[in-house]
This record gives sequence, C-alpha cells and structure tokens, in this order.
Amino acid sequence: MPPFFKCQAYLSGIPAGCRLGVKYTKVNAGRTCVRYCTKRRKIMLKYIVKRILQAIPLLLLITVICFTLINLAPYDAIDSITTPDMTQAEVEAKREAYGLNDPVIVQYGRWVGNLLQGNFGYSLLSHTSIKYDLKIRIPATIKLVLPAYLTAFFLSIVLGLIAGSHKNKWQDKLIDGLCSVGISMPTFWFAMIMMYLLGYKFKIFPLMGMHTIGLENSFADYMKHFMMPYIVLTIGFLPDLTRYVRGSTIGQLKEDYVIVQQAFGAKKAEILFRHVSKNVLIPLITKLGMALPMLVTGAVITETIFAWPGIGPYFVSAIQAMDYPIVMSILVLSGTLIILGNLLSDILYCLTDPRIKSMK
Amino acid sequence: MKKNRRLENVKYEFKHNKQAIFAAAYLIIIICISIFVVFVNVDPDAIDVAHKLQAPSGAHWFGTDEMGRDYLIRVLYGGRVSLLVGVLAMLTSIVIGVAVGMVSGYFGGIVDSILMRMVDVFSSIPWIIMVTVFGLLFKRGLFSIIIVIGLFSWMEIARLVRSEVLSAKEREYVQYARFIGTHPSHVMIKHVLPSVFPTIITAATAAIASAIMVESSLSFLGLGVAAPMSSWGSLLQSSQQYLQKAPYMAVLPGILIILTVYSFNKLGDVLRVFVEPKITAGEKDE
Repeated sequence: MPPFFKCQAYLSGIPAGCRLGVKYTKVNAGRTCVRYCTKRRKIMLKYIVKRILQAIPLLLLITVICFTLINLAPYDAIDSITTPDMTQAEVEAKREAYGLNDPVIVQYGRWVGNLLQGNFGYSLLSHTSIKYDLKIRIPATIKLVLPAYLTAFFLSIVLGLIAGSHKNKWQDKLIDGLCSVGISMPTFWFAMIMMYLLGYKFKIFPLMGMHTIGLENSFADYMKHFMMPYIVLTIGFLPDLTRYVRGSTIGQLKEDYVIVQQAFGAKKAEILFRHVSKNVLIPLITKLGMALPMLVTGAVITETIFAWPGIGPYFVSAIQAMDYPIVMSILVLSGTLIILGNLLSDILYCLTDPRIKSMK
Repeated sequence: MKKNRRLENVKYEFKHNKQAIFAAAYLIIIICISIFVVFVNVDPDAIDVAHKLQAPSGAHWFGTDEMGRDYLIRVLYGGRVSLLVGVLAMLTSIVIGVAVGMVSGYFGGIVDSILMRMVDVFSSIPWIIMVTVFGLLFKRGLFSIIIVIGLFSWMEIARLVRSEVLSAKEREYVQYARFIGTHPSHVMIKHVLPSVFPTIITAATAAIASAIMVESSLSFLGLGVAAPMSSWGSLLQSSQQYLQKAPYMAVLPGILIILTVYSFNKLGDVLRVFVEPKITAGEKDE
C-alpha cells in the first residue's frame, strides 16, 4: 500500500492495521474517545453488496421499457415465426403455441426468462437466431473498440497532464484547441477523409471489411484492415477524455498538497507524476467502468463506414429494415451493460479511493 | 451609473478572446447566408447532366454533384436544413428540460426523485440507440427528426435548471410569493424562471451544437433527412459514393459542420462567463 493511502486511512479514524472489534482510541476535537474498529474491508463489502442490490430494480426497469417499446412497435410478433405461405389456421395455431394470446404480464415473464437464457428471439427478415448473430458480431466489435479505447485512454492521460500543467501556455493552447476541433468534428467525416487519403490516394490500407477473401487467417492482412477504423475510433474517443484529464489536473494543481511540495522544493515533474497523476487517475478509473457499454455500441458509425462486421452495420441495417427484435435485443443488451458498467465503476472507485464518502 | 459586472465580463471576453470573435462572426455570416440564400438566382435543384461531377471551377466554385447541380448552392441550402433542425430541436429540448427541471427543483421530494431517476435512465442509454429506436415509432420526415432529437437531449438541461431552481426558490421574493399564496405555476414563471434564464441561454447554444451533430450523424446513416431535402449530413452521405471521383464533395459540408458546431460551443463557453462570473474570474488570474 502506498504511504499516501495509509495516511488517509489513519486520518479517517481507523488505524491502518486494525482488526474487527478491537478497541482503539482516537483524539476527536481534543477529547479522547474509545471506538470499536469496523474493518475497512467489511465496510467496502457491505457497500458493494448494496450497490449490486440497487442495480437489480434498474435492470428490471430497462427490461420493462424495452418490452413496452416492443409492444408499442407497429409490428406483430407472429411475423418472425410464420412464413408467407402458411394458412390463417396455421398462423393461429402458431400464435397459440408461442403463447402470443397470453396476458401481457405472462408474456413479459416469458420474455425475461428467455433473455436470461440468452435467447433473444429471431430476426423478422432473415429468421436467423439473434443469439447466433450476436455471438459472431460482438467479438468483432470488441476487437476494434477495446484497443482503440485503451490507446485513447493512455494518450489522453499523457496529453491531459501536459496540457493541464502548462495551463495557458502554447502546449495547452495547442492540445485544448485540437480537442475543441476534435469534439466538433463528426466521426464519419474524419473517416471519409482518412478513406480518401489513405485508401484511394496513397493506397496504404484497404477500404472495407475485416479480411481479404481467402486470407482469413493472415494476421498481416487483418492488421491492414484494422488500422483505419482503429485510428478513426481512437481520435474519436480522444478529445473528451483529454479534456477531462486536463480539467482535473488543473483542479488538482490548486490543492494544498501541491503547494506543500513546492515549498519543500520538489521538482515540477516529480509533483506532476508522483502526486498529481495519482489523484487524476482515480476518477479516470470510473470512466473505464462506464466505457463498458462501448464494447457493444461504441463504434456504430465507424463500423458502418468501414463495413467492419460488428454490431454497427447489424444495428443500422436492422433499423433501416425495421427489424424490431434485433433492435430491441441490442437496446436491452446496451441497457444492461450500462447498468453493469456503472456498478463496476462504483466498485472500482471504492476499491481504489479509500476516501469515498458515500459508502455508508 | 453602476455597470453590470456580468455584461462587462462578457464584453471583455469578446474583446480579448480571438476564438470568441471568430465564432460570433462566423455564426452571424452563416445565419445570414442561410436566410438570404433564397434570393440568389441559382436553382439548387437545376439538373445539368452534361456537367456532372465537375471539379471546382470559375462557373461552379465548389464543382457540381452527380446530377450536375451546383454544389456550393446545395451546401448552402443544406445549411438551412441543418440549422433549422438545430434550432428547433434545441427549442424542443429546452421546453422539456426547463419544464422537468423547474417542476423537479421547485416541488422536491418524491416528484424530484422520480423525475431525476427518469433523467438518469434516459441519459445513460447511448443517444444513437435511443434516437434510432424512437425514430422507428415516428414516420420519417423533417419534423419527426426534430422531435426525436429534442426528446433525447433535454436531460442535461433539466439537471442544470433543477440545480438553479433549488437555489432560486430560497430567495426572499420567491418565499414571499409562496407565503402570500400565489399559485405555484405563477411563482415558477414569474419569479423563478427569470433567474434561471442565463443558464438556459448557455445550455441552448450547446444544445444547438449537439443537435446539428446528431442530425448529421443520423442523416449520414440514412436515418435522417430524406432524399429531396438535403442537410450537411445527407450531402456527406451521398458524397461517400463519389469519394474517389469527387473528393471535394466531402470537404465543404464537413468543414461547415465543424465550424458551426465549434462556434456554437465556443459561444456557449463565452456566455458561461455571464452565468458563472466567479468561476471564470478565478481562471483568469493565472
């Protein structure tokens, strides 16, 4: 444990090596009080369990919203099961067999039960299992989004620290200016410019897809296809994160502990990387948790432009064709991941920052 | 006469911040062009197949598109649609956001918790999923795009307005109005709304920027403005097919989107000086 954390645990009143139920004394406003130690880890565990319990009604809410939307949608669920050449009697029999005449509550229960088993239903158009499609497409999206987000994450820490520590100097003006432009720039436009320059003009990278036909196992070929969407996505994630790091660096540099370090004659770089960076990184960890849903929906536009076989083109073509079951499955999936992501970020925050106040 | 410190701050910012001057000038120009472009004697829909996909020249400053239409004039007409969507979607989201924020902040208690949890749920789902899903329920067209974008961008405004109302309702004149039994709706509109107004203006500029961005992305995915009409996003979408032959078609709408969104964002930053004089004053001294 770094000395900083030990010190904080001490300040919050619990001696660092304290065991559960052991008496200890604490000086509080000049008076010595006797307290019983409740171990930190126990408090944390309690908090985590509480957060998980809180997430359950939210998950239910998401499924209720999605189910309502499915029922509001102008399509009949029977269409995904029947084929056009079935007779009316056959359709009615199917309707009864699949329980589409049951009360809404029963249907909702069955739908949630199916979801829990990973059974998302069938596409209206191709009649393929959505579960099967997602199994192929989600890994493809993750292969693209994960490296891009991690690259953007680390680059943004470096750029943000540089900008924040040189506030109003040329480094900051350059980085912040580029961020303002980056935020205003539509991803798809940047992707098109990249396609023109790197694809058509200089012919460095292929324009579309993930593999050249016949070269499915070639890693070099994959990398060639991977580079352009990867660059576009990284640039897309970068400005927001950099601004965040810059803002919190500026905030941290105003803190008292920085002045103390300066008074003791610490070097600027030492203050920045040994002390400020730690405090900047903790809130960033929460961002990492919240980025979880991006693994599914983080690259819809980029994937569509580069015809990357991930969730993006699947979702967009489902929207265009009004293929409701697919759209709603992705909605449920991303809603669930959002709640899990928030949960994860809270837990990470609680594990990394012992000062968190809202634990009780 | 005593000067208004807040107005002085904004004036100072406009005089000394070159980016702010640029943003304001650009916005005035682009809005004027969008309004008065109808008086230019060039038909944006005049088809001239003989001169299709021409590179920029003296006759056509930004070349022609796949049907030989003058590209510059089409982009300027596209700007009308983009800006219109931006402004109207902003108005929609402001109306919803202010109403929810005011009610939530003013009444507090259970109303507040329910409305704010709703805001949490809405703002956690990615906009691209939310907007497209709800787009399915409406018929496609300009006004449904405006409404859909407006329906899903009010959450941030509601949060801002709520926190302002929480402090505004503690002011003495509001307390007095409540004490003498004025109807809540009257108190909210007459006494609380004026003090929230600066915040709304700032949020509005940012809302226009994001609405323009969302509209262009939707149109680019083919889910936005439909064929006879064109916005910057749909112009970019159609230019995608001709990227190799006519790359200039991709350049102009993109640059206009960047400049417009950038300028609205910058304008919002400058107006923040008016809303939060202390925060910005604190930043200046370093």
